[in-house]
This record gives sequence, C-alpha cells and structure tokens, in this order.
Amino acid sequence: MSQNKQFFPRQVLEAGGNRWDWALLPMVLALLVLLAYGAEQMGRPFQLGETLPLSLDPLNLPYYLLRTTLRMFIALAASMVFSCVFAALTVKYKVAEKILVPLLDILQSIPILGFLSITVTMFIALFPGSLLGVECAAIFAIFTSQAWNMAFSAYQGFRTVPAELVEAAEVFQLSGWQRFWRLELPFTMPGLLWNMMMSMSGGWFFVVASEAISVSNQNIKLPGIGSYIALAIEQSNLHAIGWAIGAMLIGILLYDQLFFRPLVAWADKFRFEESSSETAQQSWMLTWLHRTSWVEAITERVGSLMQMTFVLFRRTYDGTSIRARPNKQSSASERIWDAIIAAAAFYALWLLIHFIHTEVGWGEAGRVLILGLYTLSRVVILIVLAALIWIPIGVWVGMRPNLSSKVQAIAQFMAAFPANLMFPGAVVLIVHFKLNPDIWLSPLMILGTQWYLLFNVIAGASTIPTELRYAAQNLGLSGWLKWRRYLLPAIFPSFVTGAITATGGSWNASIVAEYVTWGHTTLHAHGIGSYIAEMTAIGDFPRIALGIGIMCMFVMGFNHFIWRRLYRMAENRLHF
Amino acid sequence: MSTPIVELKSVDKSFHSADGSARLVLQDVDFTLNEGEIVALLGQSGSGKSTMLRIMAGLIPADKGQVLYQGLPIYGAARGISMVFQSFALFPWLTVQKNVELGLEAQGVPIKEREKRAQAAIEMIGLTGFEGALPRELSGGMRQRVGIARALVLKPEVLLMDEAFSALDVLTGERLREDILALWNNNEIPTKAILIVSHNIEEAVMMADRVLVFASDPGRVQAELAITLDHPRSVESQEVRTLIDNVYGLMTTGSARHGRLADVEMKLQLGDRLPEADITRMEGILERLTEEPFNGRADLPKLAEDTELTDKELIEVSRALTILGFVQLAQADVVITKLGIAYVASSKAERQVIFSNQLLEHVPLIAYIRHGLEQDASGDLPEDLFLKLLRFTLNQAEAEHALSIAIEWGRYGDVFEYNFNTGVIHLPKNENHIEEPI
Repeated sequence: MSQNKQFFPRQVLEAGGNRWDWALLPMVLALLVLLAYGAEQMGRPFQLGETLPLSLDPLNLPYYLLRTTLRMFIALAASMVFSCVFAALTVKYKVAEKILVPLLDILQSIPILGFLSITVTMFIALFPGSLLGVECAAIFAIFTSQAWNMAFSAYQGFRTVPAELVEAAEVFQLSGWQRFWRLELPFTMPGLLWNMMMSMSGGWFFVVASEAISVSNQNIKLPGIGSYIALAIEQSNLHAIGWAIGAMLIGILLYDQLFFRPLVAWADKFRFEESSSETAQQSWMLTWLHRTSWVEAITERVGSLMQMTFVLFRRTYDGTSIRARPNKQSSASERIWDAIIAAAAFYALWLLIHFIHTEVGWGEAGRVLILGLYTLSRVVILIVLAALIWIPIGVWVGMRPNLSSKVQAIAQFMAAFPANLMFPGAVVLIVHFKLNPDIWLSPLMILGTQWYLLFNVIAGASTIPTELRYAAQNLGLSGWLKWRRYLLPAIFPSFVTGAITATGGSWNASIVAEYVTWGHTTLHAHGIGSYIAEMTAIGDFPRIALGIGIMCMFVMGFNHFIWRRLYRMAENRLHF
Repeated sequence: MSTPIVELKSVDKSFHSADGSARLVLQDVDFTLNEGEIVALLGQSGSGKSTMLRIMAGLIPADKGQVLYQGLPIYGAARGISMVFQSFALFPWLTVQKNVELGLEAQGVPIKEREKRAQAAIEMIGLTGFEGALPRELSGGMRQRVGIARALVLKPEVLLMDEAFSALDVLTGERLREDILALWNNNEIPTKAILIVSHNIEEAVMMADRVLVFASDPGRVQAELAITLDHPRSVESQEVRTLIDNVYGLMTTGSARHGRLADVEMKLQLGDRLPEADITRMEGILERLTEEPFNGRADLPKLAEDTELTDKELIEVSRALTILGFVQLAQADVVITKLGIAYVASSKAERQVIFSNQLLEHVPLIAYIRHGLEQDASGDLPEDLFLKLLRFTLNQAEAEHALSIAIEWGRYGDVFEYNFNTGVIHLPKNENHIEEPI
C-alpha cells in the first residue's frame, strides 16, 4: 500500500485527497441522499385502512429495493446492538444467564410470523397517523429473523475468550468498558459477522411476509421489494416475478460486494489463530477504502472518540484499594433467584395447561401435534435427500481447491437468495400436472436451506489433511469402504454444523412453503406450517400461539435430542 | 535488612469442582518476595506454583491467610505488579505498539506520553521496526518480547513471569533470559523484584537468587535454596553444574543431600495422580541407560541433554520408572535396577509380562481396576466408576488424566482393555499369558 502511494506527487496527497477520494466522494454523497430520501418516506403520514400506492412497473424496483435494504440494515444494526448487550449481560450476571439463554433458545425457534402477528397492532398504536408504526412492525419482524443466532454467537464468543487474555486484561487494569472494546468484541467479531451474513439471508427470505403484512386481518403493503412480490403473486404476474428476481440478484450482489465482503476482509485481523492464514479474504472495496485519505481521517476521529470514552470509563482504583474488596456473595441470594425462576416456570406451566383447556381444547392440541409430526417427517426426509445429493458433490468439489472457493461463493450467494421467489413457478407446475401438494410442496422447504449443507460439506472436505488423503490413496481405499472409513468420518463434524442450520431453516420455511398462494390458487400441504400460516391469516390468536408453541417444542426437542448429541460426538471423536 | 514487597502469610487455596467437592491446592504457604531479588519457583505440574503466582497477581483470591503488597492487602490486580504469560497473551488484533500501550491506555495516560513510553520500552527490549506489525506476523521469541515490553512499560515494582520461556525453543529462551538479566543487573528497569515460575531447572539456577521447590498435593514449599553466585553465570561452571544437580535431586527425591540408593520411598496411593510418561518414552530411556556412555547410571542433567527431553518430561518419566521398579534415584542420578536390565534384554512378549506384574504390584489404581474387573461377572466396568473414585482426591481434569494414563499402561501390560466409544474397561479377551500378582 505504501508503495502505491509513492507514485503520486506529494502535493496531491497534501491537498486533502488523492485519486481514490474523488472516485469515492460522489458515491458516498449519492448514497447519503438516497438514505435520507428513504428515511423521510418511512415517516410519512398514514391512516389505518389507507392503501399505499404500489405498482408492478419495473422502473419502481430500484426505489423498492432501497426501501427494503434500508429496513434490513436498520434491523441488522438493532440485532448487532441487541447481541452485544445480551452477551455482555449474560456473561457478567449469572442470574441473567440462567434466564436469558434458555429464553433465547425458545425465541429462536419461534417462527417470525408469530412475532409479527402479536406485535403489529402494538406498533401501529405506538405511532398513530404515521407510517412509522407499520415500518417499525416490519423492521421488528426482520429483526426477529436476524437477532437470535447473532446473539447466540456473541454469547458463545464472550464465553470462550481465552483465559490468559482475560487474565492479561485484569493484570493490565482494563475496566469493563475497555475490556468490551479491546478484548471481547474483537474476539467475537469473526463469528458474529458470519452469523450476520446468515441473518441477512434469513431476512431476505421473510421479506415478503414482513413487508406485506397480512396478519390479524390487516392488509398493509409497505413499499418495498417484498410487497412488490406479494402484489405480483396476487395478480399472478409472472413477468413481475421475473423482474423481482432480477432486482433481488442485483441487490444481493451489491450488498455482498459493498458491505459484507469488505467487512469480512476487515474482520480477518480479528481471527484468533496466531499464525497468518493463506486464505485471507480479499475485497476491492476495502482496499479502496483503505487508500482513501478521508476515510482514514474518519477512522482516526472515531478512534480518538473511543479513546476519550476509555479515559472516562477507566478503573480508578487497583487491587490494593479497599473498594476492590469483594463483597461476600451469599449463596442464599442465588438460591432465592433459583426459587423465583422455578416458581415462574411452574406458574407458566399452569397458565399453559389452563389456556389449552379453556381456549383451544385438548383435541385441537392433539391434532396440531399430529400436524407437527407430518412436518417433522418432511424435514427429516428432505435433509436425508439433500445430504444424499450434496455430500458426494460437496466432497468432490472440496477436494479441488481452486474449484471449491468458487463453488462456495456461489453457494453462499444462493443461500442469501430468497427461495420463495421460486414458489410461484412450483405452484404453476403442481396445478398443471395435478400433483399432490402434500408431497410436491415439500421440496420448497429445503430450497433455500440446502446450501448450508453444501458449503459446510465443501469446507469440511477441503480441510482434510493432505497426509490423510495420501494415506487413503496409498492404502488403495475405494468404493463404499473409502466413504465409510475415510470420507464420511472426515466431513461429519462440518456436515452436522450445516445440517443444524439447514433443519432450523426448514422448520421456519415450512410456514411459507406449506401454504402457497398464486393469484386465486392456494395450495396447502398438511402440516404445522400451513396450520400456523392459516391461523395467522385469520388472526386467531389462541391457535397461532398453540401452533407456534408446538412447533417450538418440536424444534427444541429435535435440537436437544438429535443434533446436540451428534455435535458432541463429532467434537469428541471425529476431529483432526 | 531486606524490605519485603509481596508477602504471603499462611495462605490456603482450594478449588471447588462442579460437584462441590474441594481440593486443597495450597496449604499454609508462607512466602516473602524481597526488594532486589529474583526468586524462582520450581515444582511438579499441579503443585500449585502457578496458583500461587496468580494469587500474588491478584487474579484469584486466597481462601485463608493474608496477601500483602507493600503492606497493603490485595483484593485484585495491583498496579505495581505486572505479569508475563506463558503463551504470551497478546491481543492478536492490536499492533505491537498498541499491545505495549495497552496498560497505559487503561490507566488513561495521554496519547503523546503513552506513545513515548511505549517507544522507549520497545527500543529497550529490541523490537524497534516492529511497531506496526501484528503479533501473528512475529516469531515466538519476538512475541514474548512484546509480552515483556508490555509488562515493563508500566514500570512495575514486581514482575511475575509464568513459565515465560517454556513455549519458546531453547536457544530463543536463553537469549530472552539473558536480555532480562542484563536489564536487571544494569538497573535499566525500575523493577524491584522478579518472581519466575518455571519447569526448567537450568533457567532457575541461572537467573534466581533463591530457588523454591514446591511439593504437590497439597502444594507447599518443600525446600529452599539460596544462590549467591554472581551474574553473569556460566552454565559450564562447576558451581552451576553442582547447583543444577542439587535442584534435580530436590525435585526427584525431595532431598539435596548426597544420599544412598533408594533412600526415598516412592509409593503410590490409590488416588494419586500418575506421572505423565508414555511407554515408548519409558522404554527409550531404559534402553538409553544401558548403553554407552551411561552403562546403567546417568546424571539427570546429562540424560536430559542426551535425550533432548525437557526437565519436566524427564522428571515425570524417571518418577514413573522408579515407581515401576525399573530404576532407582539417588540424588540427581538414575540407576537402572536388575529388573530394568532384565526388561531391556527381554523379548516383546516377556516385556509385557514383566510390565503387567510391575503395574499390578506398584500401581494401586491399576491393581484396583483389575481386581474390580475380576470380581465382576461380565468382566467389564464403566470408566465413570473409577473416575468417581479419583474425584475424591483429584479434580475432574486430573482424574481424567490419571485414568487415561492408567488405561494406557494397563493396555500395554495387557492387564485390561478399554473401548473408547463406550467408555467401558474390560478384561482382555485371551487370558492365558497374564500371571496373577502375588
């Protein structure tokens, strides 16, 4: 980089900018104007029942894309803050950990439509006469599809900060605030970013549901690409769907190149491995930013602000001060907390039983349970099918280093692409060939999530040690023996990681995939997903709650009894 | 005459495991670190010397007794006490400069002054030119230099070094050690006292004015050795060699006196940790002992040099061999026994028989497992059973470790077999070649 700078005359550098500055400046200004415009539109007056103008003219798509992206990023920022606060709290306070971690486990298995149907009226009431309320509801829905796994990853990161670094922070007198910025957040960064990318994909997937709010008898379509798609589906306009797919591709490409790629490349320095890796991420955008002098000036400015907070929130006394004396934590207070938690749990259980008994009846609960089993069998069968297809392909690709990086980029891209855009096509085919929706709607569930399987398998296969590869060759392993003794065990841990994500996503997707509309045609498969979708459309709260509750039980049970065990087995035994 | 800086007065420390059982790590430890001295702590792994260092650093509180720094009780990390870590503990995302500045930044020192002081420390420790580098770009030795600069930039009165050189190769470790000694001897650093925790006996003898040997279970000061030699010391000098021999003697047998053969009992109890020695290494040492130039008797420092094992590894192996009756220890010498000679001369199958007999006779844990298996009708028992037993005296990690060593030895002696997948220990399938212990 410094070599590059030598080619420019010195005066130019001192004139307050270099070549990169002039190229970047218009881009940034344009972006600011766009953001301001989008933000202004978000706060315009709105009365409930009013129809927002929406047209299928492709020329509107850039504007819709802007609005959607704006919502996405607001939600993403909120998720980021939420994750950090969550992690900091749970790591610092034991009681918080006891309550918040299981709570998050439950929250993340609640499908996002559930959140939307419960919160939308509340948000609208919060900002009467303004569109802001509906916007908030949409943003909150996106937030719920992004926040949980980010929060978990942050919590994981904060928990696993190496002990010696924690000790060093203590010896060198870092205050809690300083430790957060200097140690915990940087250490967590790579994992958090990775989850942020996955969250973004999740957000895109539910963009239709969160923008075209049709829950609890509301019918509001916020300007955005999701509403555009919803309208296209209502009017059975296949051309518009095509345009939307195109716009979405461009949008995803843009945010990948302009936002995530630079971020990931930048976060590379936070990787904890002590040695430098050869597969460092590259980003032209980051290089560009690095070379721009006023970006440098801004970072310096932010840095010095940070320094001021460090001075402000520093430790004012050390270990010899009387103030450092630990106040004796009695075990009694801990026990009291445990008792309160237990009491609350029992009360909740009683409420639940009471609720089912009076509101929905046990018969209904049993029926939903059976619907849950239908969906469960779909998820299992699909994961197995996807594994059968993608494991051989993934292994084949993973063993070829120059191919694998390319395919992995494509797979990541595909995962970010909202698979529900393909649903109309599926409906048309199913209706045309008069197929059984119970069977043929199922593949839609895994359309978007199968990619996690693929790129995890590729990643696993590409980390097989070269020596092991040679040994297998040397021993002449072939056929089924080769798979059983060598390849399958080698990729098992990464396969499990991918499968956990894929199943989680499939459960969530079942709500959209088991209940598909195209114009006036509605196809629906028997399952808990379609049950929830139907009840949400009607706005039957007790039944929505029942459906969500039972789906939660399935997801958590599945995670707990199957995936976690497999994961532990993979960690203990099948590790290089 | 000498002013104490850090004092430990009858300090106890136990660690509580998840199931609530406590294990005493330090018992009634009295220690004073005086101005103007370098003290080295030696001891077997698990003897609590690292715990003691961390108590002095204010990282963990003592259960009982007093910890004083400059006469004031310590409740947390004190500003005047700094530390260098075994695995460096650098913040990988901060440049060398920022890493060195870390402690100053935390104190809120203005940026100009901070940079100046960091620069001075970087220069002093020989890192000039690396200010902008990230730790991952540096070699191990350079990384530890950053760790040392980061500690010294705070002008600490007390410098604690937790096996600061053990992650480095021998040559690099020596270089760093000499650099620190030079700074210390020329009074280039305001540090008033240095405490070193180490596994390396030579390092301790070369640096320290006082060597403390820790005994384990529970950790306590077992012996103390004052070293009055002037700096710089030469490894080759007779005084240093004798001292090293003495310390080896202290560490293996608990006495520095020239003693008779086997004047120390090395008897294991059921719940004791087992020495960390794998079988290939044990056999290797035995075979090496019978060869030239040792011919059955070797000086431990010589043997360490010859086998390129670290002090810690060699001491663990010789403990294991002593327990099994293949060698005897006399001061800092190992002497092969008749059994040891017979073992080396035997065939593979005969070796196995000897080994299993010795295991059953001298390692109570293995004898206990074998006995349990024979009593059991099915001939197999889950490992958890024995882990639970060991948990009475050891913590979880130590118990698992002890059991894994017992399993390795037992498998080699064909005393029992073990299935990793099920975690079950069982009797060997073909029973005929095991002889019953007397």
